Amino acid sequence: MKNGRDPVIVGLADSALEGGRFVKQASVLGHCALVANEALKEAGLSMKDVDGLLTAGMWGVPGPGQLNTVTLGEYLGIMPMFVDGTNIGGSAFEAHVAHAAMALREGYCEVALIVYGSDQKSLRSRTLGGRPSVLNMQHETPYGMLTPVGGYAMAARRHMHEYGTKSEHLAEIAVAARKWAQLNPAATRQDDMSIDDVMDSMMISDPLHLLDCCLVTDGAGAIVMTTAERAKDLKTTPVSVKGYGESHSHWAISEMPDLAHLLPAAKAAKRAMEMAGVKHSDIDVTQIYDSFTITVLLSLEALGFCKPGEGGAFVSDGRIAPGGEFALNTSGGGLSALHPGMFGMFLLIEATRQLRGDCGARQVKGAETALVHGTGGTLSSGATVILQKGLQA
Amino acid sequence: MSYDNPLPVIDQDSAPYWEAARQGRLDIPLCADCGKHHFYPRTVCPHCFSDKLSFDTVSGRGTVHSFTISRRPAGPGFADEVPYVVALIDLQEGPRMMSRIETDDVESVQIGSSVEVIFVRATDEVTFPYFKLT
Ligand SMILES: [Zn+2]
Repeated sequence: MKNGRDPVIVGLADSALEGGRFVKQASVLGHCALVANEALKEAGLSMKDVDGLLTAGMWGVPGPGQLNTVTLGEYLGIMPMFVDGTNIGGSAFEAHVAHAAMALREGYCEVALIVYGSDQKSLRSRTLGGRPSVLNMQHETPYGMLTPVGGYAMAARRHMHEYGTKSEHLAEIAVAARKWAQLNPAATRQDDMSIDDVMDSMMISDPLHLLDCCLVTDGAGAIVMTTAERAKDLKTTPVSVKGYGESHSHWAISEMPDLAHLLPAAKAAKRAMEMAGVKHSDIDVTQIYDSFTITVLLSLEALGFCKPGEGGAFVSDGRIAPGGEFALNTSGGGLSALHPGMFGMFLLIEATRQLRGDCGARQVKGAETALVHGTGGTLSSGATVILQKGLQA
Repeated sequence: MSYDNPLPVIDQDSAPYWEAARQGRLDIPLCADCGKHHFYPRTVCPHCFSDKLSFDTVSGRGTVHSFTISRRPAGPGFADEVPYVVALIDLQEGPRMMSRIETDDVESVQIGSSVEVIFVRATDEVTFPYFKLT
């Protein structure tokens, strides 16, 4: 079965932050270029080798960001022959890995560069005011729902109604993330935090508190993919892309098919795990998008790690915290490490670092197989990637 | 008095819906092929992909599917309304829509609460269908 064109992650990089802001002075495209160079360099490649370019972001919109790969390719000084600007929200990068994997298999490109950058913290551009009131959003934005937290809050309340899930369950997720962050020197928030701290934090959009919400930071990250054949000669520990899947269902929260169940996540994960030939018990480390605490709980159920309605019990008693039996969001996640707006890039980076064995105090011992699952929009999209250490037979 | 909050950018799909609301009716599309209503208004039915659609005046009654209490305003114009309830309403006729629930007691709203449409004028062009508990 081994094929020289099987897709492999061979390079990664993310930018240094201090207090959630970029340390280095550069434009958002400058930060994209810096992490791209760094990710290529660690593999022993350079920008000249790149013939596939994939990106998603919120920069330059309206304006040059509308043609995001075109603008980024120009800035980098390359003429890629495979491009993908798919934007399905924060899960876009999991979809990019899937698309790059197919392009590599097909021989449509040899070295694919996936890049993301956001300077939302420095720009103070993050708002809760909703999306322009056109097309589908004319039926939501005028009602003043805090966006996107209000949609997640409605899903959380529905899950509570159907299954008796409690705010304490959601708080467990935030506390576990903080404990992982305390083991990650790069994480933005490392101060002690308890269940009570989460429950006592300001109510933003009932039933979600401030500490149920992800951070608002800057951030840039890059991933380099190539073929197994090419990876043999490169400098980094290769991580194979074994399976992938993606789907989406809605943008307006009123159009979500089932508020308490993530149907796109279930479809994406089923395909990815079948493609990879792995069972849940094969997964050593899991990275799940944590835009809000409820996102993690809904994802765990949709991905099949527990039954619908059992997410609250699943995350209880420190099970997903360091030392627990289920290694989840080991960087501290979007809740405590960083969240530049589209966190999916950093899920992939952390999973790859875990499989390389580069994670220091937070390293999951003997991690061979990782599941990465991104969520985008308002629980709109789901995309799953299965990664395995080494060049897999 | 000026209206400071976001207004819908009305388009060809939605114009009859907003015009009906202005006149105090809740009109939503009904499909002649599959017999189902849908919301928000489209030119092609999302259930069966037919374009044989017409606007139908519905009961304006439904139940709360889920909701959130905004404790902070979604923009400065909403500041004097905090806290307020944004809800998803399951209409008796089937479709689900976002709206507001007007109430003096935001804590009284529950999933499953029965609601009825009321019409709240924003500008000469736009009247919003809000809901109240019944
Ligand atoms: Zn129809």
